[in-house]
Order: sequence, then C-alpha cells, then structure tokens
Amino acid sequence: MDFLNAIVALSNFVLVPAIAYGSQLALGALGVTLIYGILRFSNFAHGDTMAFGAMATVGMTWWLQSMGVNLGPLPTALLALPFGIMAAGFLVLMTDRMVYRFYRQQKSKPVILVIVSMGVMFITNGIVRFIIGPQERQFADGERFLISARDFKQMTGLDEGLAIKTTQAITVITAIIIVALLFWFLNKTRTGKSMRAYSDNEDLALLSGINPERVVMVTWLIVAALATIAGTLYGLDKTFKPFTYFQLLLPIFASAIVGGLGSPVGAIAGGFVVAFSEVTITYAWKKVLGYAMPDSLAPDGLVQLLSTDYKFAVSFVILVIVLLFKPTGLFNGKAY
Amino acid sequence: MIKVENLHKHFGGFHAVDGASLEIAPGSITGLIGPNGAGKTTLFNVIAGVLSPTSGRVTMDGEDITGLPPHELFHKGLLRTFQIAHEFSSMTCRENLMMVPANQAGETLWNTWFGRKRIADEERALRAKADEVLEFLTISHLADHKAGQVSGGQKKLLELGRTMMVDAKIVFLDEVGAGVNRTLLNTIGDAILRLNKERGYTFVVIEHDMDFIGRLCDPVICMAEGKVLAQGTLDQIKANEQVIEAYLGTGLKNKEAVGA
Ligand SMILES: Nc1ncnc2c1ncn2[C@@H]1O[C@H](COP(=O)(O)OP(=O)(O)O)[C@@H](O)[C@H]1O
Ligand SMILES: [Mg+2]
Repeated sequence: MDFLNAIVALSNFVLVPAIAYGSQLALGALGVTLIYGILRFSNFAHGDTMAFGAMATVGMTWWLQSMGVNLGPLPTALLALPFGIMAAGFLVLMTDRMVYRFYRQQKSKPVILVIVSMGVMFITNGIVRFIIGPQERQFADGERFLISARDFKQMTGLDEGLAIKTTQAITVITAIIIVALLFWFLNKTRTGKSMRAYSDNEDLALLSGINPERVVMVTWLIVAALATIAGTLYGLDKTFKPFTYFQLLLPIFASAIVGGLGSPVGAIAGGFVVAFSEVTITYAWKKVLGYAMPDSLAPDGLVQLLSTDYKFAVSFVILVIVLLFKPTGLFNGKAY
Repeated sequence: MIKVENLHKHFGGFHAVDGASLEIAPGSITGLIGPNGAGKTTLFNVIAGVLSPTSGRVTMDGEDITGLPPHELFHKGLLRTFQIAHEFSSMTCRENLMMVPANQAGETLWNTWFGRKRIADEERALRAKADEVLEFLTISHLADHKAGQVSGGQKKLLELGRTMMVDAKIVFLDEVGAGVNRTLLNTIGDAILRLNKERGYTFVVIEHDMDFIGRLCDPVICMAEGKVLAQGTLDQIKANEQVIEAYLGTGLKNKEAVGA
C-alpha cells in the first residue's frame, strides 16, 4: 500500500507536472530550433512571440466568453487559438519584412541577428504590455480537473490522491498532435523537405529550385504557430503574465541547446530533460520517501535539493553539463 | 551565351578577380584552367550570384544578370557545382536529386491538402527521373543511402546528377574531377559529352587534369592572378609563353602538382 502511495505521490507531484511542463518547453524549443536551423540565429524574441500569440488568444477568449460561446468542459481558449496563431503569424511576418530581411540581404553574421532579435524582443515585450498590461490574467475556463485528488482517493482507496488538471491533459495531447503534424510536414511534404534542405546546406538549396524567401516565410509561420500554442498552453496551465514568457526563454534555450540546436527531435528531448530536472530537483521528496522507505529511515527534513526560487538555475546547470560533455547537444545539432 | 566584361572581385585589398573578360559560346564545352588561387572559383561564384562583383558586368544571351541571386539564375537555366561537393546530408541520394526541380506541386499549401493525386503523380515521375539519372551515373545502388555518407567522388557524381534533373542551359562545373578516381572521371567525362550532345547543355569546366580537359574542352581559357591570360585550343594554350610562365614552378606537365 505504501509503495502504491509513493508511486501516486510521485506521479502527482513530479511526473504529471514535469510531463506537462516538458511538453510546453518542447513546443517552445522547437520554435527556437527551427529558426536556428533555417535562419541561422538564436531568436531571443521567441519568448515574447509566445507572449504575443498567447495575448491575442486571451483577448479572443475573453470576447468569445462575453458572447457566451464556450467549449463545455474544454477551455474556450482552444477555440481562440487559431486567431492567436494568425495574429502571431502577422507579427513575425511583419518583423521579418521590416527588420530581419534587411540583415539577411546584407548577409549579416549570426551574432548581429541575435542582437537584432533582442531589439525585437524588447519591442514585442513593450507591445504586449501596452496592449494587455503587465499583470496576471485569468482566461482558463471549463472543467478544472480531469481527475481530482478526491475522486482518485475515493476510486482507489489510497491515502494519496492523483490530480490531473484538464489543462495538463490538453497540453500533452496538443503537444503530441502538433509534433506529429510537424514531423509529417518536415519529412513528407515538398515544402517541409525544402526547409530541411535549406537547413542542411543553404548554399546548395539556393542553387536548386528552392525559393529562399518562401522557405523563410513558411518557417516563420510555423514558428508563430508553435509559439502561440506553447504560450497559450503554458498560460492555461499556470496563468498568463507577460513577464513569465521572458523568464521562460532560459529553459527554452536550454532545451534547444541540450537537444542540439537545429535538431527538432533534440528540441523535444531537451524539453523533457530540462523539465524533469527542474521538477525533480526543486521537489521536496519527504512525502514520497516517507512512503517508500521503512519508518525508521523516513527523512526528517524536506529532502529538497534546491528551493523553487532557484528553478531557473537548474536549466543553466544542465546546459553547462551537457555542453561540457557533448558540445553539439544530445542529438548532434549544428555548431556554427 | 555568357559574356563577362571587365569583372573585378576584391576581398579587402586583394584582387581575386582582376578585370577578367571572356565569352562562352553556346553549345561549347569551355575549359577553365589556371594555377591555384588564380580566381577561377571566385569567378564562378560571381557569375552564379553567390558573390556580388566589385565591378564589371555579366550578361546571359544579352540580358544583364550581374548580381542576380542564385535561385533566379537557376530559373534562367544557369547551374553550377561546387569545388567541394555539397549535398543535403540528411537526405538520401535519390531525395537529393528530387529536390532540384522548382515549382513542384507539393509546394503550395492548397495542393498539400487538396492536390494529393497531382503531387503523387509528380513524385512518381520525379522519382523515375532521379533513378534514371542515378543509373546513368552508375550509382543506382546508392539511391537509398544518405548523401552525407557516400564517398567524395560519388558526391561529385551526385552534383553532376543534379544538373540533369532539370533542363539547364549552361552548367559551371568546379573541379568535377578532384578527388575522383580514373574510372569515375571517365564516367563524368562521358556524361558531360552526352549532355552536351543530346541535351545541348553548354559547359564551363574547371579542371586540373589536362587529359580530361584535352578530351572534352574546346576552347580552353587560362586564368592567372585574376586575369584571363589566353584562350584557344589546349595545344595553343600549352604553347603560350605567358601561360607557361604563370605555371612555372608548378609545372604544367606535372598534373599532380597543379591539381594539389
Ligand atoms: N571569401 C574570400 N575572402 C578572401 N579571400 C578569398 C575569398 N575567396 C577566395 N579568396 C582568395 O582569392 C584567391 C582566388 O581564389 P579562388 O577563386 O578559390 O582560386 P582558384 O579556384 O582559381 O584556385 C585566393 O588567393 C583566395 O585565397
Ligand atoms: Mg577553385
């Protein structure tokens, strides 16, 4: 019985949150890695693209809610998502037109584009705060739990409860669908193959029938969709607050780099590595260990390796460790 | 067909191409030789739109193409291969070839959803064509190998194969023979002659192997220090004083030294 309780507590406090958070990081890191592979720079504005797309989704959700439209047990935000994606797509295509394209034509070095993206980051950040304000915003509705801790306890008769929030379930399911669609697109469609070709060897791609501006445009649109979905899922799971997306930049980049920049599979693996490390290291293991160990050995303290205040430090440490042993990341991204 | 007028390309103070003028006749196979560092690759890069010239003009059939980006030149039928073979390393050799033709049906979002049959038909035709090219180049067995993992010489063949996937007008080959064994080199030579005769491709070939040049090329242009020294048949070039001087110390007869 204690053993089962230990597993349930572990699932409740570590596995479920880490899987949901990992899915969000994976989607975010996919956006970063695609830009890196195809446009060849680290896009620091990605966090704020997420914030912008999520903001548009939040606005649309509020409007739908005010019109009395909803999805029953599911969050209305899912209905608003396409609108958010369009808004973010518009934003990134405009920035590409007005900013990045100029530097691309100048054949600027990646480091210049990175700094340019920081400028874009600050501007996007300003726009988001200007439109929706810096404070936390609530936009989740629908059923809160797929399984609540109380129901679980009643069902199983265990002392420990396992709660799965609807948003967590939606996060994971959406992430699986999006990733499947993305890989199908990259591997099976001509445009997707063009993107891979462009990422493999830009010089050669330019000398084939591949139109680089088209590849760049499609890439931005996909990235906008990924960013909006990741941003909205994160917002649903926690709350929507513009600043948190800026903070997410570190774990997202850590995920992309750990997996190997430019490698989509790596971005997903990296997302889960970072999420699991962050959650396990900042979780107080007292309860789980209390069940798993005999009473005489049960720990007195919280058994928490790091306080949650330091959770962002975890990404950083993993980043350093992986880069020390495997500089191209787990899945051999491209090192420029 | 291609006319280069007083072309300059400077890297800082260094004049890699220093006032080169030349003309490529339609239907010809022109050889471009010259010692290492003569500026041959740089000249190719400027013509093919990879580098923009410091000054000068390039025209194709009378139309000014100076500074056009590579993919627009591709649409005009101007193709080139690289001195160091390039490939899409994560794709198979067959996929590499299938990437080449432009404006495929599968490129539009609309067709991706509603034009499945058209895409499938086109893919089948492309696949057949790619297999034909691989067969022609005697590398059918590599169709499903990742292009990143085949040998350097085989990558060179693949580069040539890419030009066969579309109807090119003029193809610039940069050291197709470098690092390729004798048998493969002959295969490449046969392919070039056949494409020239059957499809009317015009070729400009940079190559250090004088037997290869002698077999395929007329005329031959010799460059040194960014300038065109001489143009004529290979025998005329070999007898030219300036050319001999440019090669002095490298030894025109000693092709190992020249090809190094
Ligand atoms: N991107 C570059 N920057 C500076 N110098 C270059 C660059 N590309 C080529 N060069 C120089 O220009 C000269 C001509 O090079 P290249 O055209 O490759 O000669 P070739 O192909 O005839 O051997 C060489 O001395 C080379 O070092
Ligand atoms: Mg060269």
